[in-house]
Amino acid sequence: MTDNPMSDGPIGDAPVQLPLPGFDAARAEWRQAYAEQIGEEGTVRNRSGIEVKPLYTAEDWDGSGYMDDLGFPGQLPMTRGIYPTMHRGRTWSQRQLIGHGLPEDYNLRFRTILEAGGNAGSLIPCNSVYRGFDCDEVDPVLLGTCGAVVNSVDDMDICYRDVDIGSISTALNDPLPFTLLALLLAVAKRRGVPWTKITGTSNQSDYLSHFIANHMFYRLSLPGSRRVLLDHIDFCQRQVPGWNPVSVVGQHMQQGGATPAEAMGLTLSTAIQYANDCLERGMQPDQFLPRFTFFFDISMSFFEEIAKFRAGRRIWQRLVRERFGASDPKAWRFKFHAQTSGVDLTRQQPMNNVARVTAQAMAGIMGGLQSLHTDSYDELSSVPTEEAARVAISTQNILCEEAHLTDVIDPLGGSFYVERLTDEMEARIEAVIARIDDAGGMYRAAEAGIPQIMMGESALAFQERVESGAQTVIGVNKYEVDEVSDAATPLTRTDDAVMGGHVARFEKFKRDRGQQAVDRALDDLARAANAAPGTPEANVFGLSVAAAEAGVTHGEICACLRRELGNGEPLVLA
Amino acid sequence: MSQPPKILVTKIGFDGHDRGSRIVAAYLRDAGMEVVYTGPWQSIDDVVTLATQEDVDVIGVSSLATDHLLLPKLMDALRAADLGHIKVVVGGIVPDADAESLASAGVARVFHPGSTREDIVGDVGDLAREARAGNAVA
Repeated sequence: MTDNPMSDGPIGDAPVQLPLPGFDAARAEWRQAYAEQIGEEGTVRNRSGIEVKPLYTAEDWDGSGYMDDLGFPGQLPMTRGIYPTMHRGRTWSQRQLIGHGLPEDYNLRFRTILEAGGNAGSLIPCNSVYRGFDCDEVDPVLLGTCGAVVNSVDDMDICYRDVDIGSISTALNDPLPFTLLALLLAVAKRRGVPWTKITGTSNQSDYLSHFIANHMFYRLSLPGSRRVLLDHIDFCQRQVPGWNPVSVVGQHMQQGGATPAEAMGLTLSTAIQYANDCLERGMQPDQFLPRFTFFFDISMSFFEEIAKFRAGRRIWQRLVRERFGASDPKAWRFKFHAQTSGVDLTRQQPMNNVARVTAQAMAGIMGGLQSLHTDSYDELSSVPTEEAARVAISTQNILCEEAHLTDVIDPLGGSFYVERLTDEMEARIEAVIARIDDAGGMYRAAEAGIPQIMMGESALAFQERVESGAQTVIGVNKYEVDEVSDAATPLTRTDDAVMGGHVARFEKFKRDRGQQAVDRALDDLARAANAAPGTPEANVFGLSVAAAEAGVTHGEICACLRRELGNGEPLVLA
Repeated sequence: MSQPPKILVTKIGFDGHDRGSRIVAAYLRDAGMEVVYTGPWQSIDDVVTLATQEDVDVIGVSSLATDHLLLPKLMDALRAADLGHIKVVVGGIVPDADAESLASAGVARVFHPGSTREDIVGDVGDLAREARAGNAVA
C-alpha cells in the first residue's frame, strides 16, 4: 500500500487516511501556480448547477466510504453496476428506433436487423398512431412520415411476417392504452405462439412524462391513465411474464429542458408514484419492481451524465428497499435504456454531430447502460437518411468492439472527480425527489404544474447560456462557417398512391371483419372501463387484447377509452 | 405601430414537443410583443378561428415531426378567410427541399435549429409591421 494516492503506485487494500504527508504544502504550491497562470476565472458550473473545480484530489474522495458508497458490481449499493459482469459479460443491446411507411417497410427493415445477427428491435409507429388515430381518420399527407402506420392485427402480422415473435425482444413505442402490444398478442394468438414467450418492453408507458413533457404520447385523462397503467402491469404480470410493462422515462423531461439532476429526480419520483399505485392495487413489490425499467437522455455534459447514472443506481436500490421493502435483488437493479441527445445536435455542420453522438454514447456506456440508441447526424434536418442511420449503428459497433470501453467495469469508479460528482448529483437528485414528495407525489405535482415549470425555467436558462456564448455550441455560436446546407437526400416519403392503397386495404379489413364480435368487444371494453378495477373482467388492457383479437383497430380502442375514461389534455404552460 | 405586435404561437398536426415553442413565446413576450399561445394539435380551422378572433399579425408554427407538411393547407385557409395579410413563420425541423416548397406556398420564414433570439425577435417584429401595413392597405 502506498500512503499517497496521488503517486503512481497502486492504492492498496486499506482506506486512504487524510492528512497525507506533504499534501498541504503541495496543494498550496499548486494553487498558487494555477492562480498565476489562469488569471481571472469565473465559477464553472455543470448543467445541474453544481460547481466544478479545476482539480479533485483525495480531499474530495478518500476511499474510506468505499463499501458503503460503491461496493462491487451486482452488489449493494449498485453504484458500480447492476450485474457482476456488466459489459464484460454482455454488452448493451443496440436498440435503434425504426419505423416509417407501411408495415411492409418495417418488416423489411426489421428482417435486415435479424439477418445481421440482431435479436431485438423497436417499433416506432406513425405520429397519427401516437395521437390515437387510424389511418382513415387523418390527413394522409402526414401518414408514415415519422413511423410505421400500424392500426390492425393484420398490420401487426405484416410487421413481423417471417419473424418468430417468440424468439425476439421487442421494444414497442406504445403509449397507453397499449394498443400495439394488444395487436402483437393478438398476432401471437393467431400464430399459436404462447404469450409466455413474448418478451420486450412497453416503451412510452410513462403517462406522467407524457402529461408533463412529451404531449404527443398523451392520450387519456390522468385518472384514466392511472387506471390503465395498473391494469396493464397486472395483466402482464399474470399473462405475459416476460414483458416489461413499465418504462419510466427521464428522457422526455431532459429533452424538454430539465437539467440532468432534475430529470433523474423527476424520473425516480415518477417510479415512486407508480410503485405506490401498484402497492395500493395489492401487488407485491418483489413481483412488479423487477419489471420496472428506465429510459434516459445522455447530454453533452460527459462526466455529469456518468455521475447521474451512477447516482441513479445508488438511489434506486435504496428507495426500493427502504420505501417498498423489496427483498429480491432483481428489484434493486436500475435497468436503463439511454438515447443520445437530439437537442444537443446542430443543423449547422451536421457531420459534427457524429462526434457529439460518440461522446454522449461513451458517457452512457461508462455510466453502465443496458441498452442504447444513437441518434443520426442529420436529425436536425430531416427524418434520418439510410446513410446517417448506418453511421449511428457503426458508432455503437466501434465503441463496443474497437475502443476497449467494455474491458473494465465502471472504469471511472474511484476517480476523485467522478466520485465527488456522483455524491453531489445524488444530493441534487434527492432534493428534487424531496420536493415532489412534499407536493404529495408525482401525480399531484404534475397536476399542479411543478415539474412543467421546473423544466421550462431550466430550458430557458440553458438557451440563455447558448445565446450569451457561456455554453459553447460549435458551429452555432463558435467556429461558425458559411455553408451550403447539406445535400443529403432525405428519406423519401411513401408514395401517395402506395399509402392510399394501404388505407384502402385497412378499410377493407374493417368491412370484412365480423362486425358483431367487434361491437361486443367494444361494449365489453367500455363496460370494463366503467367497472371497479381489480378483476380480470374489469381489466381494461385485457379487454383491449380481446378486442384486438376480435379485429377492433387501434383507433377504435383509443376512441372508446377516450370516451369512457376522458381525453388526455396536457397542462400547457407558456 | 401603436399597439405591440400580436403573435399566435401554435402547433398543428400530431406532434407535442413544446420546448421550442415555449422558449420562443418567452422571447417574443420579453421583446414586448403580445403572444397568444396554444397547446399542440390545433386543427387548421382552430388556427384560422383564433387568428381571426385575436386579430394577430404573425402566426408562428412550431414543427418538429413533419407537421410542417400541413402548412400549405393553412396558407390556403387563411387566404380563404380573407386573412392573407397575416404572416406565417415556422420554426423547427424542416428539410431544405420542404423549406423551398413552403416558401412558394407563402410561408414567410423558416427558422431552423440554431436560430438566435435576435433573429427570431427581429424578423417576427418586422413581419408583424409588414402584416399590419398590408392589412391597412387592404
